[in-house]
Amino acid sequence: MSEFLQETWAQLVRWLIHLQRERFSLTFALVSPIVFLVFFGGAFSQMAQASLRGESYRTFILPGIVALTVFGGSLSGGIELLFDKENGTLTRILAAPISRASILVSRFLYVNLVSSIQVCIIVALALLLGARIATGIPGLLVLIAMGLLLGFALTVISLMLAFVLTNHGEFFAILSFLTLPLAFLSSAFVPLDKMPAWMAVCARLNPMTYAVNGMRTLVLSGWDWGYLAKMALALMVFDTLCLLLGVSTLRRRIG
Amino acid sequence: MESVSIRTRGLVKKYGDVTALNGVDLEVHEGETFGLLGPNGAGKTTTVKILITLAQPEAGSAQVGGVDILREPARARRLFGYVPQELTADRALTARENLRWFAGMYHLDRSTREHRVRELLDLVDLAEAADRPVRTYSGGMKKKLDLACGLIHDPKILFLDEPSLGLDVKVRADLWRYVLGLKQRGVTVFLCTNYMDEADRLCDRVAVIDRGRIAVAGTPDELRAALGGDVITLETPPEASGTLAGLAQALSTLPFVKETLADGSRLSVYVEANETALPRVLEQASARGTTIQRIAYSRPGLDEVFLKYTGHRIDEEAQRV
Repeated sequence: MSEFLQETWAQLVRWLIHLQRERFSLTFALVSPIVFLVFFGGAFSQMAQASLRGESYRTFILPGIVALTVFGGSLSGGIELLFDKENGTLTRILAAPISRASILVSRFLYVNLVSSIQVCIIVALALLLGARIATGIPGLLVLIAMGLLLGFALTVISLMLAFVLTNHGEFFAILSFLTLPLAFLSSAFVPLDKMPAWMAVCARLNPMTYAVNGMRTLVLSGWDWGYLAKMALALMVFDTLCLLLGVSTLRRRIG
Repeated sequence: MESVSIRTRGLVKKYGDVTALNGVDLEVHEGETFGLLGPNGAGKTTTVKILITLAQPEAGSAQVGGVDILREPARARRLFGYVPQELTADRALTARENLRWFAGMYHLDRSTREHRVRELLDLVDLAEAADRPVRTYSGGMKKKLDLACGLIHDPKILFLDEPSLGLDVKVRADLWRYVLGLKQRGVTVFLCTNYMDEADRLCDRVAVIDRGRIAVAGTPDELRAALGGDVITLETPPEASGTLAGLAQALSTLPFVKETLADGSRLSVYVEANETALPRVLEQASARGTTIQRIAYSRPGLDEVFLKYTGHRIDEEAQRV
C-alpha cells in the first residue's frame, strides 16, 4: 500500500509540475467557457428572459458552463498519456515495478483537481458578473461535487481512449466530434421542457443533463435533497458503467 | 562457472500473420555486456519487449535475474533497468525532477533518492544542467538523462535498446564510457544495436538475430575466427616470386599461423588474431631475404560476420528503413 502511494505520488508530482510550468494550457482551456459565460450569457439574456421567469440567463447557464468546463477538461485528460504512449515514455513507465492502477489514479486525481480549480474560477467570474447561487457557499461545494461526478466518468473514458487509440490525431477527432452535440443535446443551454420532444429524449440519455439539472437546482432554487440525490444517483450509475468498461478494457490492454 | 543472468528458450512472438520471433534461445551471463545485433525488423526490439515483461510470447520461456518473467512479471520489473531507443525524459521537467519521478516509481526512500540522484547526475555529466527543463537539452543530454533514469534503482541488469541511434560521435563515446563503467561494476548489460563497431567495442559476447532467429552467437573474436581469422597479405616484386614458396613453408611452422596460400607473387597468411603476427612474419621474410613490395593486415569486422550468417550486409538493411 505504501508503495502504491509512493508511486502514485511520484507520478502526480510530475503532472503538478506540468501544471505549474504550463499555465498557458490551463488558462486556454478556460477561454471557451468564459466566452460562453460572458457573451452567450449576455447575448441571449433578452431572448431568454420571457421564458425563464425572471431569472438572469447568465445564472441559468452557469451550471451548463460548469458542466462544459468539466466535460472538456476530463475528456481531454487522457491526452498526456497518449503523448507518453506515442513517444515511448509509457513503455518505460510500464517497465517500472509499479501497479498499473497508479498510472491511472495519478492522472485521474490530477485531471479532477484541475477541473475543480477551473470550476472555482468560472463560478467566481459568474458571481462577479452578477450571477447568484441560491444555496451559497455550501451549495458551491456540492456543485463542484456534482461536476466531479460527471468528470469522473469522462476521465475514465478519456484514459481508456488513450490506451485504445494509436495517435493523438484520432483523439482530437473524437473529442471535437463529441463535444458540440453532447453540449447542445443536454440541458446546458436550454431547459428540457423548452426542447423539441426528440431533443429532450436525447438530452435525457446524456449524463451531462443530470449534472446540469442537479447544479441548476443549487443555483436557482435551493436545497432540494430528493432531486439532488436522484441526479447524483444517475451520475453514479454512469460512473460505474464507465469504470467497469474502463477496467475491462485496460485489463486487456496492459494486463 | 559463470551464472546465467538472462535466459530465453524457444521464444515465439507473432503479430497477426507476421512472425516476429521464431524460436529465440539466448543466454546472457552475469556481469557481461551482451549485444543483440541485427537489422531493423529482425526481432531485437520484440525480444527486449518480452524480456522487460511488456509483450507476451506465444511460446517459449524466459528468465531475468533468476525470475520467470512470464509467471512473475511484477517481481522481474524490480530487477532490471530499461532505456528505450526513443528519447523519453519528460521535457517539461528538469533532469533532477525526472530522476525523482523515476526514484518514486522504483520506491527509493527520500535519503537514498537524493543521494542517488546526485550520483547519477555526476555520472552522466549533467550536474550543471540538472535544474534546467529538459526541453532546453541537446539530444545527447536527453539520452544521458534517459540512461540515468534507467539506473535509478542501481539495477544488476540493464536493457539498452539502440543506445547510440542518431547521436554524434562525442556523445556516443561518452555513452560507451558509461557502459564500460557499468561492466566494471558488475552490471549485466543487454544491448541491442545495429552498429557493428559499437558491439565490437562494448560487448563480451554478441548474438546475430535475423528474421526472428538467432543466426549465431559468441564472442566477437570467436565469430571473426570462424570466418578464418585475420589475414596478412604480402606481395613481392614479380622477379622475387620464386622465394615465396620457401617463405610460406617457414611461416606455416609458426604456432599462430593457420594456413598459407601462395598465388603468383602474392601470399596470404591466415593467422589467429594476434598483434605480434605482423612483425614476426616480417622478421621471417627479412631473415630469408625475401623482398616485400607491399603488405597488409586485415581483420574481418562484424560486418563480415553478419554477412556470412544472414546473407546480407547490415547497413543495406538499415538503409532500407
